[in-house]
Amino acid sequence: MIARRQFNLLTAAAFGALSFAAPGLAADPVTIGAVEILTGPNNKYGLAIKNGFDLALEEVNKAGGVLGAPLSIAYEDTAGNKDQAINAVRNLIGTKNVPLILGPTLSNEMFAAGPVANQRKIPIVGTSTTANGITAIGPYVFRTSLPEADVVPVTLKTARDKLGVKKVAVMYGNDDAFTKSGYDVMKAALEKLGIETVATETFGGKDTDFSAQLTKIKALNPDAIVVSALVEAGSGILLAKKALGFPAKVRVIGGNGLNAPKIGEIAGDAADGTIVGSPWFIGKPDPANQRFVTTYKAKYGADPDQFAAQAYDTLFIVADAIKAAGAADPEKIKDALGKVKRTGVLGSFAFTADRDPADTTGVVVIEMKDGRFGLLP
Amino acid sequence: MLVQQLLNGLLSGAVYALFALGFTLMFGVLGVINLTYGFYFSTGAFVALYATQYLHMPIFVALPFAAVITGIVAVIIDDLLLGPLRRAKAPELSSLMVTLGATLLLYSLMTACFTTDIRRFPPAVFNGGAFEIEGLRITLSQILIVVTVAIIVGGLAYLLQRTKLGLAIRAIAENGDAAQLMGVNAGGIVRIVSFISGALGGAAGVLIGLNYNAIQPYMGEMMMLKGFAVIILGGLGDIRGAVLAGFLLGILETLTAGYVASSIKDAVGFLLLVLTLWFRPVGLFGRVVAKRA
Repeated sequence: MIARRQFNLLTAAAFGALSFAAPGLAADPVTIGAVEILTGPNNKYGLAIKNGFDLALEEVNKAGGVLGAPLSIAYEDTAGNKDQAINAVRNLIGTKNVPLILGPTLSNEMFAAGPVANQRKIPIVGTSTTANGITAIGPYVFRTSLPEADVVPVTLKTARDKLGVKKVAVMYGNDDAFTKSGYDVMKAALEKLGIETVATETFGGKDTDFSAQLTKIKALNPDAIVVSALVEAGSGILLAKKALGFPAKVRVIGGNGLNAPKIGEIAGDAADGTIVGSPWFIGKPDPANQRFVTTYKAKYGADPDQFAAQAYDTLFIVADAIKAAGAADPEKIKDALGKVKRTGVLGSFAFTADRDPADTTGVVVIEMKDGRFGLLP
Repeated sequence: MLVQQLLNGLLSGAVYALFALGFTLMFGVLGVINLTYGFYFSTGAFVALYATQYLHMPIFVALPFAAVITGIVAVIIDDLLLGPLRRAKAPELSSLMVTLGATLLLYSLMTACFTTDIRRFPPAVFNGGAFEIEGLRITLSQILIVVTVAIIVGGLAYLLQRTKLGLAIRAIAENGDAAQLMGVNAGGIVRIVSFISGALGGAAGVLIGLNYNAIQPYMGEMMMLKGFAVIILGGLGDIRGAVLAGFLLGILETLTAGYVASSIKDAVGFLLLVLTLWFRPVGLFGRVVAKRA
């Protein structure tokens, strides 16, 4: 409770500072809400998101704010807790009268808090919620993060078109909801792309020995191995693949679980050649992205991650919608969100009729080389 | 492919066998199902990791070093946990519960120190080279595993069957009180057996950590389930049975994954376990001991 109060005081202080910093904008600020994990064990996600918002907020206000007034964000902490997320949303709507809410950080928080905002007819925009069914909560629930179901097909299509992958073996962890749903996405995408699946093998998330599955796969001579696994099992598969002497051209194509630099640390050179898709990559060369990376580093002294990049883009999208709505009115903002089109650091963006991101052209396919991810040439 | 699969099975079987050896020895001689055993597996791996990383030991030194340190840890833990129970001649269930509680505590402490992040041996520790003969592939770390397991099993068999110490250990296993009356120093033997078991568990941890290059505190916990299956298949306390059952389980699992379906790989081992308990509770290779009045 004390922490919460201090936090509000801090945001209030930040507010004050902000209105002084923007002397051209005399009117009261337009305040939107943000519900993120700012404390507790998962707060690195929430803090990265907050950094992204704040950086974009600075730029929006430097360029004149919205509706002739500065834009400001009232933050609420969920500590990763669903009930706290619901209370935060209620508080923002009930006492702060915000016309729009950003967040929450996790999909399961959105499943809890999204219905509350939807019922009060306040648009709520998730920047990091990738689970299936988020936007099915209701017509006021939006998300700007690409679900895995949109990223994996891009990875596989790139593998087919650029690397000539025609037949693959699939391996997935069958005792984990995340890796299993990743597999479902892969299976559908492989069928759609006409890539032949010569074998489908499973393993347990805690297994350490994958040699039996891989020996079988090796005998079938696939062009690549498509893997839905978390870092631990994924690294084990890469090491076993190397130990069994697979030809170097047989790559591992991973889902979101393998989009982690840690696999290079654990599997060493056995991870070389692994490719995964990512909605954003720090090394993307376009000027907008490079400028974002530089200013972020200058402000926070650390590299941005995917969560910060998604938050950064989202704040501009939201600001555009408020401007287009012409008033800080939830209903008008909701309608305007559907029409926003802009190009940000994640590439070009628009919402589908179902309030999911419409465009997957921003997805980059990255390749592990010498223990680090880089753009696939 | 069959030969490669058999080789895969032989390798995972060798590790199961090595892991189960110490476990079954503890049960056979000390008469307790010591659940802290999995912790020794993790300890061995971590000691070797730090020895190679910070003391720059070559792996051939780090392996015995880790085994000895783990053995000492096992003696201390056994003395602290089970010593008082043994003196009070407490029933077996109490020692099982004590080791269960201790396991949870030890893993939590280890996680607090090292976190659950996966660590790996420095790449220079062991060259990942491999031999390939007619499509059959075996890496140097796999050869190290097989050779180490062979040396350890041979050494243990020699110790138990051919030495005076072995005779004393077997006497304690057979009947502790009678052995003590015959002049066997029971306290000393208990410590030696704890040391050997801990060292075996630790060595198994090093080898597994090396082969899969993934070390984290709970790695022993995952081996414990398989370890249980192996010592029950082999017959509780039966050294030869543990080795044979380890290889049997490894090969069976591999063949199931390779030729039937990988999704039922783990089920096969436990099916075998249940069948053994139903039809041959003394273990697959055990002899029924007739108790005479």
